[in-house]
Amino acid sequence: MVTLRVNGQEHQLDVDPQMPLLWAIRENLQLTGTKFGCGIAQCGACTVHLNGAAIRSCVTPVSAAAGAEITTIEGISDGDNLHPVQEAWIAEQVPQCGYCQSGQIMSATALLATNPTPDDEAINQAMSGNLCRCGMYKRIRKAIKVASGQAVVQTFDPKAVQHG
Amino acid sequence: MGKWTRRALITTGVVAGGGLIVGVALRPGHRTPKLAQYVEGEDETLVSAWVKIGADNQVTAIVPHSEMGQGAQTALSQMLADELDADWQTVSFMEAPPEDEYANWAVGKGFLMGDAQIPDALVPTVDGLFLQAVKAMHIQITGGSASVRATGVYGMRVAGAAAREMLIKAAADQWQVSASELTAENSYIVHAASGQRGEFAQFAQAAAQVTPSHTPTLKNPKDFKIMGQSVARLDIPAKVDGTAQFGIDAVLPGMKHAAIIGAPVFGAQVVNFDSSAAKQMAGVLDVISLDNAVAVVADGYWQAKQALQAVQVEWSKTGHENVSSETLFAQFEKDLQNARENGSAGEDVAVGDTAAAFAQADKVVEATYRVPFLAHTTMEPMNATAQVVDDQIEVWVGSQNPLGFRHEVADALGVDAANVTLHQHMMGGGFGRRATGDVAVQAARLAQATGVPVKLIWSREEDVRHDIYRPAVASQFRAAISADGEVLAWDNLFHEKHEPAEAPVIPYKVSAQRIAYTDSPTHVPFGPWRSVDHSQHGFFTEGFFDEVADAAGKDPYLLRRELLAGKPRHLAVLDLAAEKAGWGETLAAGKGRGISLQESFGSLVAQVVDVSVDAGAVSVDKVTCVVDCGFAVSPDGVAAQMESGIIYGLTAALYGNIEIKDGAVVQGNFHDYKSVRMDEAPEIETHIINSNSAWGGAGEPGTPGIAPALAGAVFQATGTRVRQLPLSNYDFSYQVVEPEEVI
Repeated sequence: MVTLRVNGQEHQLDVDPQMPLLWAIRENLQLTGTKFGCGIAQCGACTVHLNGAAIRSCVTPVSAAAGAEITTIEGISDGDNLHPVQEAWIAEQVPQCGYCQSGQIMSATALLATNPTPDDEAINQAMSGNLCRCGMYKRIRKAIKVASGQAVVQTFDPKAVQHG
Repeated sequence: MGKWTRRALITTGVVAGGGLIVGVALRPGHRTPKLAQYVEGEDETLVSAWVKIGADNQVTAIVPHSEMGQGAQTALSQMLADELDADWQTVSFMEAPPEDEYANWAVGKGFLMGDAQIPDALVPTVDGLFLQAVKAMHIQITGGSASVRATGVYGMRVAGAAAREMLIKAAADQWQVSASELTAENSYIVHAASGQRGEFAQFAQAAAQVTPSHTPTLKNPKDFKIMGQSVARLDIPAKVDGTAQFGIDAVLPGMKHAAIIGAPVFGAQVVNFDSSAAKQMAGVLDVISLDNAVAVVADGYWQAKQALQAVQVEWSKTGHENVSSETLFAQFEKDLQNARENGSAGEDVAVGDTAAAFAQADKVVEATYRVPFLAHTTMEPMNATAQVVDDQIEVWVGSQNPLGFRHEVADALGVDAANVTLHQHMMGGGFGRRATGDVAVQAARLAQATGVPVKLIWSREEDVRHDIYRPAVASQFRAAISADGEVLAWDNLFHEKHEPAEAPVIPYKVSAQRIAYTDSPTHVPFGPWRSVDHSQHGFFTEGFFDEVADAAGKDPYLLRRELLAGKPRHLAVLDLAAEKAGWGETLAAGKGRGISLQESFGSLVAQVVDVSVDAGAVSVDKVTCVVDCGFAVSPDGVAAQMESGIIYGLTAALYGNIEIKDGAVVQGNFHDYKSVRMDEAPEIETHIINSNSAWGGAGEPGTPGIAPALAGAVFQATGTRVRQLPLSNYDFSYQVVEPEEVI
């Protein structure tokens, strides 16, 4: 038996202690917002917080997470109130397919928890482990700056549309 | 049921609760071979657009296209809502078929209620529109950047306009006024003269009895209220809180999980396998051969994956065990050479006298361009969940082609397609990969073999090694140039001719041209990859054009301009890109700027790329992009598609390389099949031109132009002409040169 504390709730799981945390979260707890992407910590789709730090759950054995405070995408909003990062993600229309976005948001929230006003270099460092095959990096960067009060929301500039 | 129209029809009905439903349908009268497989009987149709107006006055757009992030469902809803004059705040969408009565995509039967009045044949103008829609949809169901330009233009707008007219007619009858005195606004019918207002819903039942107009009047673009606005995408909120349901998130009671390994060499079969060790492992239910793959079914995915490693498989020999990328490219060169010598090449373009032009040329430029195989690597690895109960099969999957998947599964399991129900999920990326139903078939076979619901997930390695690849292609060019820098002839021979047919055609005025192709088949499976044939020909033709400009002693932008005379749309995007990017400025040492122009999927895209080369490392600083897709239904959505297409193409240009060795794919995961990351992502600036030409696509046109513009920029920075992708194969360590003056 392994005891996992996820989003404030404790769960007793009868699983192989070597099994990656990802599968405990997705299959045993049926919290499917955390995604499988590569299985080798190369894409970041499986990112969750372990005691507040962003980790790749696809290579973290459940035994290493036992007793720690685990937070998934389902656990970052305050009831119906979205986390400011989630709000910025909507305002900047970040997601396309959306599959990587749980991981992106978990990396971004972990970054802002330790660095409330990250510059481009800090954003590069914190976010380069999260792939987005839809290529929404520009919007992710902008949304992090919006969430951290360093930029204002700007939807597509109507002046950039020319009428032929 | 009334008599069917010859080609297309608008039909109506009443839904539960008294709402109005309007559908615009295509029917088998004008089948093309590719569409025929989706429409089995004379009484079935492919309904391309629906609108439902509920008793609560909520408007629902029922869209037949899958969502993979391209925003099609929102754009299509905008198109319908605008023509209907609906209140955008109360519009929602459903993807067909979300309810039983729409099941199976043979939607005609369930949707066209038996007592609904079927109108007479549509007049030729609308017929004509539908023929065009079928032609565009012929490419794929959700693909070919077709959602807005085909379904939207010919389906959603027509359905919205027809519904509006029927509601107005019903209101006119009820209020005893002329229909011409009524208008629709924000989901109300309004009689300005008397001040009467009534919700759409109030007239829905009566409207359902109105015979739809054969030619609903579509709005003039100047009257658009919702089209042309950057509305918030309807699918985004569920993608920031983890609630979006992708195929991989399907959960069924009693479901087991499967991991799979396919034959490393394409075409090989399972000769035998030893599952004795695997079957002893915890949680393992069964080990099953699927002819060209072996799967383990277990309680959990991790258990299945672990057990799979303990299975010993002997694969059959195919004769392709010695094939490598090197042998394939040698084969391509040989087949091109043979085609050139024996005159067996097919011709895309043959104008003017190329032989004479080369004979009188002052200079002849020759080059061979190459691109490798590419995988799609959608973020969500391939997966499907299936359940088989008696002869009824259900599949939960994200698909770009639900109709095709249904038939693939039915064929593989030997049942009628009517017995297969497909539950469509959001797709974690498609890019063409999810147009093929191989994983859905595997999941269905595993569910059938085990008798329990099975979720099959491919590992990333399986995903990379068993893709339906963008083909590896070689393309040979020659150009003839006169002493005064005139381009006299363009000669191009390539292999791998697929879709779109016009991909290798150049927009430039060169009076003698021969563009020809031959075959050079390989054992590597190939299929659509974002922008399909444009993905290679964009790089080839625009890359070689830069070489021609250099040989002619001309600036690459100015030579493009010169040879685009009389093409104002092309010139407008090219000029705006050059202007916004500051083309012609002198750049510092180690900097380079390149330009490209691509016409694809009905849209024009010009890109200017800025690079820096420092100690041999190329970084892409900025991409300036201009797109003319006729009309941008959602400008921000179009910009997002440009950003996405550019990064997708940039990943391929910088890193994309699926190598074949011993008949199999070498790469396996993101460490050796790299993708552009945050720290490498350039600034992207998008400008949109609404030319109001025929509406084009947005999902793919951003992809083809990035590689040639990047190659042009690298040439300026380093003096090296990049003729083979990916760029990561080049060593620029010692090749930084002073930039030449441009313009």
